Amino acid sequence: MAVSVPTSLAEAVSLLSGAPDSVVLAGGTDLMVEANSGHRQIASVIAIDRVPELRTWGVDVVRRNLWIGSGVPYSTVMQPGIASLVPALAQASRTVGSPQIRHVGTIGGNLGTCSPAGDTLPVLAALDARVHLASVSGERSVGFDEFMVGVKRTSRRPDELITGVTIPILNGWQGYSKVGVRNAMVIATASSCLAVDTDGRSVRIGLGSVGPVIIRCGEAEQWISGRVDWSELSVSNADVDEFGLRCGAAARPIDDHRSTAAYRRRAVEVLAARQLRRAFPNG
Amino acid sequence: MGYPVTDSEVLIGRRNGLIGDSVIRPDGVEKVRGEFRFASDLPMEGALWGATLRSLHPHARIKRLDVTPAWAIPGVEAIITAEDVPGKSTYGLIFADQPVFASDVVRYVGEPIAAVAADHPETCRKALAAIVVEYELLEPLTDPERAVDGSHPPIHPDGNVIRHQRVLCGDSSATGPVVVEGSYEMGMQDQAFLGLEAALALPDPGGAGVELHVATQAMHEDLHQIAACLGLPEDKVRLVLAGVGGAFGGREDLSLQVHTCLLALRTGRPVRVHYGREESFLGHIHRHPATIWMRHHATSDGRIVKIEARFLLDGGAYASTSSAVLVNAVTHAQGPYVCHNAVVDGWSVRTNNPPCGAMRGFGVVQACFAHEGQMDKLAAACGLSPVEVRLRNAMRTGDRLITGQVIENVAPVERCIRETDALPLPDEPIGGYGDDPMRLPGGAGLTADRSHIRRGIGWGVAIKNMMYSEGFDDYSTARCVLEDGVATLKFATAEVGQGFVTIAQQIARTLLGVDEVRLDRIDTTIGSAGSTSASRQTWMSGGAVDMACRRVRERLFEHVGQLWATDPIRLVIEGDCVVDTVDPARRISVSDATSGVRLAETAEYHHPPTEPLDENGQGACHTAFAFVAHRAVVDVDPQLGLVKVVQIATAQDIGVALNPLSVIGQLEGGIAQGLGLAVMEEIVMQDGRIRNPSFTDYLLPTFLDMPAVLASLIEEPDPRAPLGAKGVGEPPCISVTPAIVAAIRDAIGKDLHRVPVRPQDICL
Ligand SMILES: Cc1cc2nc3c(=O)[nH]c(=O)nc-3n(C[C@H](O)[C@H](O)[C@H](O)COP(=O)(O)OP(=O)(O)OC[C@H]3O[C@@H](n4cnc5c(N)ncnc54)[C@H](O)[C@@H]3O)c2cc1C
Repeated sequence: MAVSVPTSLAEAVSLLSGAPDSVVLAGGTDLMVEANSGHRQIASVIAIDRVPELRTWGVDVVRRNLWIGSGVPYSTVMQPGIASLVPALAQASRTVGSPQIRHVGTIGGNLGTCSPAGDTLPVLAALDARVHLASVSGERSVGFDEFMVGVKRTSRRPDELITGVTIPILNGWQGYSKVGVRNAMVIATASSCLAVDTDGRSVRIGLGSVGPVIIRCGEAEQWISGRVDWSELSVSNADVDEFGLRCGAAARPIDDHRSTAAYRRRAVEVLAARQLRRAFPNG
Repeated sequence: MGYPVTDSEVLIGRRNGLIGDSVIRPDGVEKVRGEFRFASDLPMEGALWGATLRSLHPHARIKRLDVTPAWAIPGVEAIITAEDVPGKSTYGLIFADQPVFASDVVRYVGEPIAAVAADHPETCRKALAAIVVEYELLEPLTDPERAVDGSHPPIHPDGNVIRHQRVLCGDSSATGPVVVEGSYEMGMQDQAFLGLEAALALPDPGGAGVELHVATQAMHEDLHQIAACLGLPEDKVRLVLAGVGGAFGGREDLSLQVHTCLLALRTGRPVRVHYGREESFLGHIHRHPATIWMRHHATSDGRIVKIEARFLLDGGAYASTSSAVLVNAVTHAQGPYVCHNAVVDGWSVRTNNPPCGAMRGFGVVQACFAHEGQMDKLAAACGLSPVEVRLRNAMRTGDRLITGQVIENVAPVERCIRETDALPLPDEPIGGYGDDPMRLPGGAGLTADRSHIRRGIGWGVAIKNMMYSEGFDDYSTARCVLEDGVATLKFATAEVGQGFVTIAQQIARTLLGVDEVRLDRIDTTIGSAGSTSASRQTWMSGGAVDMACRRVRERLFEHVGQLWATDPIRLVIEGDCVVDTVDPARRISVSDATSGVRLAETAEYHHPPTEPLDENGQGACHTAFAFVAHRAVVDVDPQLGLVKVVQIATAQDIGVALNPLSVIGQLEGGIAQGLGLAVMEEIVMQDGRIRNPSFTDYLLPTFLDMPAVLASLIEEPDPRAPLGAKGVGEPPCISVTPAIVAAIRDAIGKDLHRVPVRPQDICL
């Protein structure tokens, strides 16, 4: 097995474009599990943890965007720098695995795997983040909804490296909640990110583990955005409950060995309602 | 050829390590630092790797098995199947009904069919993939009821019922004004020891014998079965205990032992076999899933008049210890409560599910979950508190069990309950002071606010037998050598993490007045110590070490008596000296007294004999009993069904705390395991297949799920126990599970009758 360790973005991109059957290794917390279980045959590896460009993050004050390189680990996302700008992403990162996993696991890896249970994905979906991809033929960016196309399926071409994400910085409450049977170090059986954009007067919500992709509840979002009293920043109890039900209706959960479809639907109903109440404490 | 394997494990004792001291375990620091050598860490240059081919189907006929393609892979050194087993083709702890390798029929997913030895694990993997197995699929029997009602043809020549046992006692028509009834269900729990199965086999020249270094919990039980299958005399098979990373019953049955030895004998080279986590789930037995029905008849003031019960335990494909687990379940149906009339019926049956056998609590976990659910129903029906109903029925020394056996042990049930009740409830509000999300159900997932949470309190009380039952003489052997002021102990007691090595040293230091107690290698060059199970080693092997040390002490007194021309009866040990009680100024240090002298004694400790059960379940079948109470405080999110166990209070009847730190370790560990069974640990089965054979999906409680534990140790030395001490290993995990479930019921006001309690059971 050939392993290359590029030290610049240009080198990483050209290596991958030159050998698109290679696998990209970031923190390895998904990849090594697959490799060790024999589920994935690996011919050659491009290890990107020494590519400095991928490990940076920064703010574009003009566009009110946050850039996070794909190689940024969860432990960095949880720090106040990023947490103060996108608290939901920091909360999601805090729920990933254990301290060891959070220390090496990356946002790019979560996107690369693109499991419906990936914890950062509902946040990226709810915040309308864009995923940036690079290959020798150029760079492009796609909205998260176009990036994730199925269970562990993305629109990334094999020769493309995920370089990072840009996330709009919003005014308004946002939060991430995750249900698992254990109180930490658990894969989500259902999760939800709710974000409020007070300037744009909209509420967005992305649901995880309740469908093949992250589910944005467009209908429920529009409805509730019209029900919120934006001058008082309040919402009625009845509307909170109704919002939960509408989000639950948008979910497309399945039965599996982790949980049941009925429970998952109930869980997102409850999470959505509770998050909305947290966003608008006044009834 | 000398093999540089397990060092002779000489553990040097430390000062101040007497009985009653909280001595730190000799293996503790190494384990915490990650330096302890587990069975999978044995150094051995040039050893081959072995691996096992397993059935993909729960029930199938093997139409064709062709290993020749695997021989084409470079590096493959041996391929063995059922045809290559030179001795007995089957093994088993009670009935030898389990094939070393399946030859005609496979009866569960994961059943071994062949094994290979090769130069590298990857070569093994390729070789296994190259072996061709053609199956003819047979209808699997996965519903244990169908084994009872006889509607499925036998899946094994021994039939589908492993054992049927009744317990009939007193007046079967007795009844009372209060009748409560319930059905209870328990999922399949895994021992989930962290140190995976691993062994290294070293063949003798010419294949005359073999030495097996293995992580096991029963050295001689292994030895008998391995030698029979290898077709070798028992003195040609030597077992050496390799570092064991937990057992909990899961290493009582053979797994890789015979395969590893066969591969080593076949190749004439050392062979190691290590299981991964998934293979471990397939390769060892589990706790019996159970369906239990109970009906309690009682007086209007809550005194039990009669119990009726039906137990159905799913034993899986092979018998393992299912018959003994069943006896434990049916004979513990009454719980620690007085009851004169009983109609109990139980089956352990064969199915095409994974084999089930021993796990911490051994049948009593199942019984206790049901009888404690019943006690709460009884309390509610009689308008009593959970504490009061239990106190009214608590048994005492001298009470007669439903088997007719009289409890001769110390039986402080009432004290267990009262002392637990006296421990303070948590003084913090739901969610604690401050805003640490880990204090709420849902934890880091930020699912709930304080206002969503309900708190509940629940109780569980248990009786647990210790040692083996039904006439089995599970003795233990130990040798003590005292020489130059140093004691050396030898036994075949498997140290699986429970801390017997610490206790053994404490016993020797206390009795012999020495500081240094060496532990010889744990192997089969001495008589059996029996299995490290059934809460028995402190009692049994502790008893053997105690007896051997006492005999050596007699010899020491005789020796000093001769030196001093004094009657040895006048001599005692005081500190590190032999002292004349009549003339206390006359003293000699043990090390001076034994300079150049070697005093050696071997002792066998046998517990008082027990009786078999007759067909009506009558007979004094158990050796001894211990008791425990648990009170659980839980916080529940009723809408999401998530649970946080906040506090467990417990009082346990332990006899004597030989090492209080060790006792607390067992209590806390048992509580963690019982908590796991209550709210998360389950092997999810579907059509005979394990759906979650990994720690990603088989969830164990972690440190963050562990509640505060308040413990009260009830020390009433048991005159029947050699050191006054009862076994403490199993009781902690038994009644904590029903206590937690009762607390969840209390919090949400909903009947729950199945463990583990899943979120959907609470909120849907
Ligand atoms: C014990 C444990 C617990 C876990 N718990 C959680 C959890 O709670 N929540 C959760 O969401 N996940 C969890 N995971 C999964 C994993 O940690 C995350 O998905 C993590 O984000 C993966 O990141 P990584 O850097 O380790 O990725 P890697 O394993 O290195 O890569 C993952 C995939 O992404 C591809 N990839 C990585 N970087 C790039 C890139 N820049 N361009 C293109 N492709 C790329 C890789 O080729 C691979 O296919 C857990 C894993 C373990 C082992």
